[in-house]
Amino acid sequence: MSATEITTAAGTASAVTPRGAKPKSAFAPRNIMLYGTLIVFSIYYLLPLYVMLVTSLKDMAEIRVGNVFSPPVEITFQPWVKAWSEACTGINCDGLSRGFWNSVRILIPSLILSVSVAALTGYVLACWRFRGSEVFFGILLLGAFIPYQVLLYPLVIILREMGLFGSLWGLVLVHTIFAMPINVLLFRNYFVALPEELFKAARVDGAGFWGIFFRIVIPMSLPIFVVSGIIQVTGIWNDFLFGVVYTRPENYPMTVQLNNIVNSVQGVKEYNVNMAATLLTGLVPLVVYFFSGRLFVRGIAAGAVKG
Amino acid sequence: MENSIEIKELKLAFGAVTVLEDLNLRVGQGEFLVLLGSSGCGKSTLLNCIAGLLDVTDGEIHIQGRNVTWEEPSQRGIGMVFQSYALYPQMTVEGNLSFGLKNARVPKDEIATRIARAAAVLQIEPLLKRKPGALSGGQRQRVAIGRALVRDVDVFLFDEPLSNLDAKLRADLRVEIKRLHQTLKNTMIYVTHDQVEAMTLADRIAIMKGGQIMQLAPPSEIYNRPVNKYVAGFIGSPAMNFMEGQLEAAAQSFDTGRGLSFSVQGYEFVGAPTSGPVWLGLRPEHIQSGRWADGQPVQLEALVDMVEPMGSDTQVWATVNGQELRFRMDGQEPVAIGDRMPIGFDPARLSLFDKKTENRL
Repeated sequence: MSATEITTAAGTASAVTPRGAKPKSAFAPRNIMLYGTLIVFSIYYLLPLYVMLVTSLKDMAEIRVGNVFSPPVEITFQPWVKAWSEACTGINCDGLSRGFWNSVRILIPSLILSVSVAALTGYVLACWRFRGSEVFFGILLLGAFIPYQVLLYPLVIILREMGLFGSLWGLVLVHTIFAMPINVLLFRNYFVALPEELFKAARVDGAGFWGIFFRIVIPMSLPIFVVSGIIQVTGIWNDFLFGVVYTRPENYPMTVQLNNIVNSVQGVKEYNVNMAATLLTGLVPLVVYFFSGRLFVRGIAAGAVKG
Repeated sequence: MENSIEIKELKLAFGAVTVLEDLNLRVGQGEFLVLLGSSGCGKSTLLNCIAGLLDVTDGEIHIQGRNVTWEEPSQRGIGMVFQSYALYPQMTVEGNLSFGLKNARVPKDEIATRIARAAAVLQIEPLLKRKPGALSGGQRQRVAIGRALVRDVDVFLFDEPLSNLDAKLRADLRVEIKRLHQTLKNTMIYVTHDQVEAMTLADRIAIMKGGQIMQLAPPSEIYNRPVNKYVAGFIGSPAMNFMEGQLEAAAQSFDTGRGLSFSVQGYEFVGAPTSGPVWLGLRPEHIQSGRWADGQPVQLEALVDMVEPMGSDTQVWATVNGQELRFRMDGQEPVAIGDRMPIGFDPARLSLFDKKTENRL
């Protein structure tokens, strides 16, 4: 006890002598650069969001005054209600809710189908190589470099011939196909990095193709499923092009409907409703990022167990 | 002795690259066979072929008298232990042990009995509910052995199981594996590049090089009578001294041609001795020095070049009539660079190899 006291006393007394942790200055040039850049970029991205938020909470009279940055004098949620359930697109006046539910009905099957097919393909390409599997993978990757526009019309014909054109399932199929290159790449590379001896051990233990996939590979791969899931949810939700090309108006996803509300040329431009509608549409990817960020970290921690 | 494993004319090729060719091997019932060789010699490949994890190009593999060449690993009656342990990270120790049994649809109470038995043998009962991430290296390897144990198989395959452990643990587990073999009396095939593991564990060692078995013999014979220069140089630490020279068959003498010659009377030739160029191999630990050199059949004088004290003994690098020699002496004996000291050895402990074929004479 006394020995510790002596050391501590000596340590404080000789503060000038370099000893222990090196003191750090909060205003070092490095920190100023780092935090300066971070703050500038935060403002750059957050300012439009702020403007949208305050505008959506004002009524039209207040917007006409023209103080874009000032907070609302009187907060009103009327624009949000209108955007969700009353805004008109063409003859329908039931708001964005219709588009929202369409998007959900497109998202869920597309997400499940694309992630599971990509995971399975990646598993085969990583763990059950066959003759020409590398070539197959190469061709698949090539798909990532082909512009969507080139494939738009051929796909219209293919879907028409299959009798899926205009239906929700046609769009699901399109989303699944376009998800393949990048997601298969993700899964394959993740599975390749899993220790090979685990597969050998599982084979000695009598697990087959599906047994290894479901009991060994999937439980070890939560992080990559989360990553793939994020890519798919945001990609499918934000999609506009496929939605407008491959579905009929009654199945239009939220993004297409948002465009139709915001870009309608008739009547007064209701900025507050437009802002609310846009925020509503962007809410899903925002929520996904917000929650999956935590899940992602947890996934990595769970996968970090050394085999 | 009945054969537990029999490998006939095994060939394995990846495209144009032949890894194993015309390999024949018989392993007796309850035998502990070590496959020893440097990396890339095909020892792990051979083990994977026996396990069924690699499809062979040609030849047959029989386990317990059954031709298993086309069978799945799980049907071959083998258990395997891997270098990286290969435990399933998301399952508990119990889950790891029962995974294979569940796949084989073994009844629940039977699984419980077998796990209890294996856990008792390996002393891992307190760990059963833990996940592999919460275990130390030695504990993980014990669980990995347990996974092979619960399968109730006749043959155990070990693929460098101790290579990932630190030196002390390695020595401990080595003894445990030996004890396990004495208790279970299963056939075991053990792949390693560590000659200490090979010498201490094996009933017989198969030394492999370039996909072929160079010598298959009990450890003492591999050590004392290596069949060729490669085996002689591979086994033993520090490595055997080699001298180039000429053998006179009639006089039974050896001459380096650079001022060093001595008699090899007492050496047991494999066939009739013939004169010609040879390699002479002499193990460092077979050279006596100082006062122990007295009475040795061959006596020479060495000049000490370098000294490596190891505590228990001292390794000495010396020159004898222009020939470099390494030898070991008692760690308590004083020795310094530049010392001259008498050394001696017994030709019966030499190894002579033909210069060209490098086979034992």
